[in-house]
Amino acid sequence: MRSGFLAKNPSVLWFLLILAVFTLGVTFLSHAYGPGMISTSMVKTLGKTLCLCLIAIAMDLVWGYTGILSLGHFAFFGLGGYMIGMWLMYERTRDIVLSSAGEFPMTPQEINDAIGTQIFGVVGGSDLPAIWHFAGNLPMQLLFVVLVPGLLALIFGWLAFRSRVTGVYLSILTQAMTLALSLYLFQNESGLRGNNGLSGLQNIPGVSANQDHLSVWFLWASAVALGLGYIAAAFIVSGKFGSVIRGIRDDEARVRFLGYSVEGYKLFVFTLTAIIAAIAGALYYPQAGIINPGEMAPIASIYLAVWVAIGGRGRLYGAVMGAAFVSIVSSWFTGGRVPDIPLGFYTIQWVDWWQVLLGLAFVLVTLLAPKGLSGIVDLLEGIRSPKRHGAPLGPDKGAFREGEAQE
Amino acid sequence: MSDRVIGAQPGNAQLEVSGISVTFDGFRAINNLSFAIGPAELRAVIGPNGAGKTTFMDIVTGKTRPDEGRVLWGETHQNLLKMNEAQIARAGIGRKFQKPTVFEDQSVTENLMMALKANRSPFSVLVWKAGAKDRARVEEIAAQVGLGDHLPRKAGELSHGQKQWLEIGMLLAQEPRLLLVDEPAAGMTLAEREQTTALLVELAKTRAVVVVEHDMEFVRRLNCKVTVLHEGSVLAEGTLDHVTADQRVIEVYLGR
Repeated sequence: MRSGFLAKNPSVLWFLLILAVFTLGVTFLSHAYGPGMISTSMVKTLGKTLCLCLIAIAMDLVWGYTGILSLGHFAFFGLGGYMIGMWLMYERTRDIVLSSAGEFPMTPQEINDAIGTQIFGVVGGSDLPAIWHFAGNLPMQLLFVVLVPGLLALIFGWLAFRSRVTGVYLSILTQAMTLALSLYLFQNESGLRGNNGLSGLQNIPGVSANQDHLSVWFLWASAVALGLGYIAAAFIVSGKFGSVIRGIRDDEARVRFLGYSVEGYKLFVFTLTAIIAAIAGALYYPQAGIINPGEMAPIASIYLAVWVAIGGRGRLYGAVMGAAFVSIVSSWFTGGRVPDIPLGFYTIQWVDWWQVLLGLAFVLVTLLAPKGLSGIVDLLEGIRSPKRHGAPLGPDKGAFREGEAQE
Repeated sequence: MSDRVIGAQPGNAQLEVSGISVTFDGFRAINNLSFAIGPAELRAVIGPNGAGKTTFMDIVTGKTRPDEGRVLWGETHQNLLKMNEAQIARAGIGRKFQKPTVFEDQSVTENLMMALKANRSPFSVLVWKAGAKDRARVEEIAAQVGLGDHLPRKAGELSHGQKQWLEIGMLLAQEPRLLLVDEPAAGMTLAEREQTTALLVELAKTRAVVVVEHDMEFVRRLNCKVTVLHEGSVLAEGTLDHVTADQRVIEVYLGR
């Protein structure tokens, strides 16, 4: 009770240690800084995985700790990616326009028109839409990474929480928001190149380094963001604020009668996690190189919930373990490196069957091992679940189940 | 003791409820009910099942909105009907539920810390740190409700009676000026009941306490003014002996 932040959160030091060892290990095995045992595309995959771990932490805060099963956080992730993608694409196109112009000087208007034609030719346009007004301004676009998803979450959350929509209805509402946003972006009129999305994001304007080096730098940036995100999340959940949001998860009416504005807390957590998700997205898409509205389809947000469930919700390292494990195994299965299984009458091809396996794993974890991968940690430390004869820890829908809690 | 029996004078009541009515799907749960309690008064509310006791508490705490009537609070006559549950709780009304409701996944300390009177806004809670004074206060309350040795335990592990006590402790930590207590003695042993009685009487010296109770023996020990509810309105009010002598009360409640 009297101990400090690290003593209350022993997982923070372990987490930072493992993250540092991992990052250094990848760095010195990469093409850029080592013998090249890890390919550049693998470095990118690992860097992207770190970003997915960061959004999983956001999901764990909002679902595992506050009990709001949001199926919309990948929309914020994608929006963050779009905001940084606009700058990357604009600046790169500007460089191309300027170099092709060669000796001939161009007026700013001419440059702008040429960029518009370059970027929007693919959707049959040539004008830069108004939302691209600040695309050439990195500080503004970085601000938008935080502001645009943050404002969307704030407005959406305010509308949803003040009418006291909870449980499955709130999940449906968040999913509808995600779907609407994704469908909107699919239209060419949205001004973000419709289903083509933004591409060429792996090239950083003004940086002459090759992809071997860039991929490692992004890995570092992602690792730093994940480390900071973990520390921030641990700070949030370990104090009284954490008590209040866990109280909201298990029994929100009781929290209200203690004088806490439940709606205010939900809105705070929802918006904050949307911003974390957006930052994760802004780091992810330059490594992916391309973003399109399909990335924001509701299925992505459902995957996010699956990762957190498989890792074990309500603890930060669980979310990270789930996201890392599932996405690495997923890229292994879908990368075609797993041998097919010939059954004689049918051949199981893992590229297709991996999803079935994942679905099955989700069902089994939910039914048999509610703690997910975190249960392994508890097993090693000898922590059991309380014996409650099946009673959950609170009356609310999102409340911890008996098997999820620690004694 | 005698001034407690006289009760609230009109005009200086801590809580003043007048003419409230609530209908649920045609069922009149509260029918033109008026009720007042002074700033330092203990009051027992009794009545048969369905008399509207819990609905009355729901209205005062903001969970249910009445169809008509007024609920005024404190010296400034704040209108409670315009406030939500959290605002009403912050204004100084604490509620103890019939079934003990504590946060079972959290320790006794965390439960009490959360209830401790402090700024409730998310930003200030985020940076809030328990000072030496807060820890001392939590330990003091825990000792007061007999949970001094159980601070690090999770609330879910406590016995039924201990959970009741923890909830009472959380109410104390909130430092409310009105306490609404729903059947505090339910599921308690005789010794625990006596302890509860003493605590409630003690608390009512500095604040208003309303106890809803079925158990007549318990009410007798509280030795306070009694309000009898029936079909959503006040049937009788006075000392326990006075109301139990009332013919109508005998008919609807005690006679059964």
